[in-house]
Amino acid sequence: MAIRQLSAFLENKPGSLVKVTEALSRASVDMRALSVADTQDFGILRLIVNDPDAARAALTESGILVAETPVVAVGVPDEPGALRNLVGLLSEKEINIEYLYAFLAPAKGRAFVALRVPDAEKAEAILRDAGFETVSEGAF
Amino acid sequence: MERRYYQPEIETMPPEKLRELQSERLVKQVRHVYENVPYYRKKMEEKGVTPDDIKGLEDLPKLPFLSKADLRDAYPYGLLAKPLSDCVRIHSTSGTTGKRVVAFYTQHDIDLWEDCCARAITAAGGTKDDVVQVCYGYGLFTGGPGLNGGSHKVGSLTLPMSSGNTERQIQFMMDLGSTILCCTPSYAAYIGESLKERGYKPEDNKLKAGIFGAEPWTEEMRRDIEKSLGIKAYDIYGLTETSGPGVAFECEEQAGMHINEDHFIAEIIDPDTGEVLPEGSKGELVFTSITKEAFPLLRYRTRDICVLSRKKCSCGRTHVRMSKPMGRSDDMLIIRGVNVFPSQIETVLLNEGYTSNYQIEVDRVNNSDTLDIYVELPPEKFSDTVREISQKEKSLAAAITTMLGIKPVVHLAAPKSLTRSEGKAVRVVDRRKLV
Repeated sequence: MAIRQLSAFLENKPGSLVKVTEALSRASVDMRALSVADTQDFGILRLIVNDPDAARAALTESGILVAETPVVAVGVPDEPGALRNLVGLLSEKEINIEYLYAFLAPAKGRAFVALRVPDAEKAEAILRDAGFETVSEGAF
Repeated sequence: MERRYYQPEIETMPPEKLRELQSERLVKQVRHVYENVPYYRKKMEEKGVTPDDIKGLEDLPKLPFLSKADLRDAYPYGLLAKPLSDCVRIHSTSGTTGKRVVAFYTQHDIDLWEDCCARAITAAGGTKDDVVQVCYGYGLFTGGPGLNGGSHKVGSLTLPMSSGNTERQIQFMMDLGSTILCCTPSYAAYIGESLKERGYKPEDNKLKAGIFGAEPWTEEMRRDIEKSLGIKAYDIYGLTETSGPGVAFECEEQAGMHINEDHFIAEIIDPDTGEVLPEGSKGELVFTSITKEAFPLLRYRTRDICVLSRKKCSCGRTHVRMSKPMGRSDDMLIIRGVNVFPSQIETVLLNEGYTSNYQIEVDRVNNSDTLDIYVELPPEKFSDTVREISQKEKSLAAAITTMLGIKPVVHLAAPKSLTRSEGKAVRVVDRRKLV
């Protein structure tokens, strides 16, 4: 099962991140992973959190634009070439990766990548069949 | 000897005689409009005025005003005073607010308009020995055709370049030895920079003068252009509604533009009350066309704020001088020579599914206007990929370009970020320092 990623719209000015992190802090939400995509005008903060529902509500309440997107969380073995094998597999199946970011999952004791692909379920099935560890929400 | 005036007997006419001529023409024109333009006749009737009440210049304030809104209401034929079969041309305003404004011309109207432009060219030192390069746009825009006609009347060799294609402009300018350049001041500045980039010095070109208008510009910009092209730069003023460029033009004194008073009566009014203000007051400029046949506007409110001066000019011309427009009495912006109303941008935003929370920022960078539009991103348009949001910025910019005719840069902003806490949003920030 794909996991839910939250994206927040950030204006490119001081204080934007403060507003987001403050809202999450007030709602006692724990962040598991984050990445920021930025352009000249704005940024998009992508988050994986322990409680997406509470996080979404808290952000919306603070007037922050939030979008929810399914992403695939895949464990990456700690060895050279591991990520190459993973993306190689998706490439063979002609699955385009919109973006990805890596994070450490202490509970699992190793690195994971969050993958944004057009069809999360399909990508997840392909990776699982090839022996990669994919996880569901709440696994971290 | 260099010819100083195109029509000396008119341009240097004694003021009393000029006023007599205006009175005579006004009386005739009011009757012509009353009899041929039901739209204006109705306005006069509402004010209880008949042509018999207008006996001379002093009665002008009795007449009702016309505004841009009237021109749109009456679109396309409502203010036409001649049968279409007598008309030979149409021009249209550069910017649009929904409907365009169109103006009609008989051959007589074209002749008089071209005379006005010929006066401007002559005042800038133009003679039949000059090569006049016209890089105002040709087409519905009056800039190109007006100066083109004026140049013909003077007998100059005319280069009808139209706007754009700087490479070709420069090639013709150097190869054919253009001596007078007619374009917008920002394009003149751009040509100056382009010449420099190509290694030309100001003395390498044969230009001696430039006639620049259709957009606001500063004295500082004038000095820059004069230096970079090695010329004397003259201002010219006009609007499609009254004919086009040449309603007023600068002489060698470069101290205000002489209004062609044998064709246009100028008034300065208080934009709020409509009351006529005494000479020297700052207010809205109002024009009455006293010689136009097809599209004779009486007391047309230009929305341009300026000052008139009857102080004697050392050039010998007796016609009143207007200052450069110092601003607008409405919210219209002139960006790259194009009329832009914030309401046009708002219309596009609403059509495209955005809110009316936006901010327009106009600036001038390297003598060229910039237009930035900040728009709040509605929740349903937000997504997690930069690509999709950038695509939305691009398609919104394209829709605005279609409406305005000039290209903005669109910036999407967070919801509620553009509304100030007091609740009143600042829609337009004009950072250009033009006055």
